[in-house]
Amino acid sequence: MYRFIVRRLLWMIPSFFAVSLVSFIIMRLPPGDFVTSYAADLATSGSPADQGTLDNLRHHYGLDRPLYVQYVTWIVNALQGDLGVSFEYRAPVADIIWSRLGMTFLVASCTLLFVWAVAFPIGIYSALRQYKIGDYIVTFLGFVGMATPNFLLALVVMYISVVYMGYSVGGLFSPDFVNAPWSFARFMDLLHHLWIPVVVLGVAGIAALIRIMRANLLDELHKPYVETGRAKGLPELTLVLRYPVRVALNPFISTVGWVLPTLVSGDVIVATVLSLPTAGPILIQALKTQDQYLAGALLLFQCIFVLIGTLFSDLLLAWLDPRIRYDS
Amino acid sequence: MTASPTTPEPGQGGSLPGGPVEHSLIQSEAVESEIEALEAAGQPPAAGRAVASQWKLMWWQFRRHRLAMASAVILLLIFLVAAFCEFVAPFDPLAFTPRYTYAPPQAIHLFDRDEQGDLVLRPYVNGFKVTIDKKALRRVFVVDPTVKFPIGFFVKTEPYKMWGLFTLEHKLIGPLDPSNPMYLLGADRLGRDLFSRTVYGTRISMSIGLIGVALSLVLGVVLGGISGYYGGRIDHVIQRVIEFILSLPTTPLWLGLAAALPSDWPPLRIYLCITIILSLYGWTNLARVVRGRFLSLRTEDFVTAARLDGASEPRIIFRQMAPSFVSHIIAEVSLAIPNMILAETALSFLGLGLQPPIISWGVLLQEAQNIRSIATAPWLFAPGVAVVIAVLALNFVGDGLRDAADPYSHR
Repeated sequence: MYRFIVRRLLWMIPSFFAVSLVSFIIMRLPPGDFVTSYAADLATSGSPADQGTLDNLRHHYGLDRPLYVQYVTWIVNALQGDLGVSFEYRAPVADIIWSRLGMTFLVASCTLLFVWAVAFPIGIYSALRQYKIGDYIVTFLGFVGMATPNFLLALVVMYISVVYMGYSVGGLFSPDFVNAPWSFARFMDLLHHLWIPVVVLGVAGIAALIRIMRANLLDELHKPYVETGRAKGLPELTLVLRYPVRVALNPFISTVGWVLPTLVSGDVIVATVLSLPTAGPILIQALKTQDQYLAGALLLFQCIFVLIGTLFSDLLLAWLDPRIRYDS
Repeated sequence: MTASPTTPEPGQGGSLPGGPVEHSLIQSEAVESEIEALEAAGQPPAAGRAVASQWKLMWWQFRRHRLAMASAVILLLIFLVAAFCEFVAPFDPLAFTPRYTYAPPQAIHLFDRDEQGDLVLRPYVNGFKVTIDKKALRRVFVVDPTVKFPIGFFVKTEPYKMWGLFTLEHKLIGPLDPSNPMYLLGADRLGRDLFSRTVYGTRISMSIGLIGVALSLVLGVVLGGISGYYGGRIDHVIQRVIEFILSLPTTPLWLGLAAALPSDWPPLRIYLCITIILSLYGWTNLARVVRGRFLSLRTEDFVTAARLDGASEPRIIFRQMAPSFVSHIIAEVSLAIPNMILAETALSFLGLGLQPPIISWGVLLQEAQNIRSIATAPWLFAPGVAVVIAVLALNFVGDGLRDAADPYSHR
């Protein structure tokens, strides 16, 4: 067990370098760099910059050095907490991204809890009522949930709230609280806004998890040990909840591994539609303006966030499920 | 799982057209009719099972899945629309009519009353009354039931190019007088016909799904096959790579790659690049399935027997092993297409995928991005509904195929 944990932790090191390399390649992939688009901006505004100034800028930001030097400099600085400078905001990247990433983390964790809370009872219900009308309804709704792009769902929720309920649902805070310091009132205001992105982001995950929970539980329900319990006179509900459900619980822990990437992915799109102060919207902005250090840092942290989530779920699984052996 | 075998509807014989496994009907007529008789009597076709080919068994299993059958029909219609979109779309998707900015959808009325007051089959759409909203300073369209524009099927129109190859001058549906408006799904902010645009979008969106999956399939089969067949160190490396790719948040990375495409590229090249970007992720799941099948089949007795008989490696792979996992791969592929479609839609919606001269469902949904336009014109959601229907149908068909491909599921 300890060997497994150590090995799993060591595995994080190559993973970290792999994601950092991927992030770096993506941020350097577009032709030209920030200085090119900066020069184009100046040219359109009527005061083109001379080549010397541009070269100076490039040199100042290290853009004229070979790519591998740029990568090593970037990653070494990043490990020391210096993530570079955002060209667009003219501020250190670290100052911009923390609150945004924090909000992404908050939204993703709340969504995960919501997904669990909803999928657990419905999945059990659906398995116990296999091929009954309730099961069919749940299964059908589940498919619809998986088929609906979450940005479309966000648009529909916005449409309903504006047209039928008469208020707009953007953001995570009311205007009064956007820049206010944390207080109980601000927290309540956050909760008031949070449920919409949580529901929108959660739907696809709930649909998928219900199907997995149902399939797992169906596999267990017909095993001899369940029959034994029933023969001994255990009440049906106690029996189901105490034994087969516990065995079928694995997907709830392993969801962290596969729901987290989709939540972070979904956050990018849904946050743009609902104008949430999470990492997604500024990532898109940064990619469009080639604000490379900002985009790179956001990509890097989103990947790391997911890697840590996967690690967490692997460790939890190893701890909870005695059938899983890692010492092969 | 002991559901009693369902009896097929009368007329739902083996010659049912359009099913995805249609070509598998290679049974002789005699056995066919015998089986039909047994099935009609509500018994499992035990006599036929022994001689039926694997495809035949799959087809029986698939046909029992009602939802999958219905979805297969819908899917066929969608692909027909995609293939013949020039003919189906009543108007040029790029032609704009400023007079009809944000015109609401006009419903088709099939029956009309003639002079005697009797109902006759004479399809028409109602015209619009245009009023000016003084406060918002914009035109408001109201459907005017007194004005009727007759419409018809196979109407004559301006000549147009079909597939860019030959000229046609009839459309599936359209107003009899080409100058009359017919907005079946309403108009967008430039007065373009949303129905025609959604129809054209079908071609791009569905083909991205198909081409993307075809690319992923090549990658997945080659890498998964190598991984499963040779095993050992190379398998280990490929598996770690797959696990790594699967643990990445896809959308941010896709966005990054898509943003790197130069905006001055021709639309076709952008389209191909987006497809490649999407399949860079899509191959992983297919590779896993292929590897899993290879691993489990490698140790089967019939493979060992073939090897002892001196069959060559390619013969073992293609002759002995392939028939027993091709069906699984087809099922997985049909489940992978919807993900491609959803991904393309999301990228284009954010403005980093396909760009406006190309029409895809995602590009169309860009119009629905801000709350003001969807509040005035909720019909802009129509392409989104098309996405949901297509993805649902593909999922159901894939689900049905997966059940049918599993030799151990006897529902």
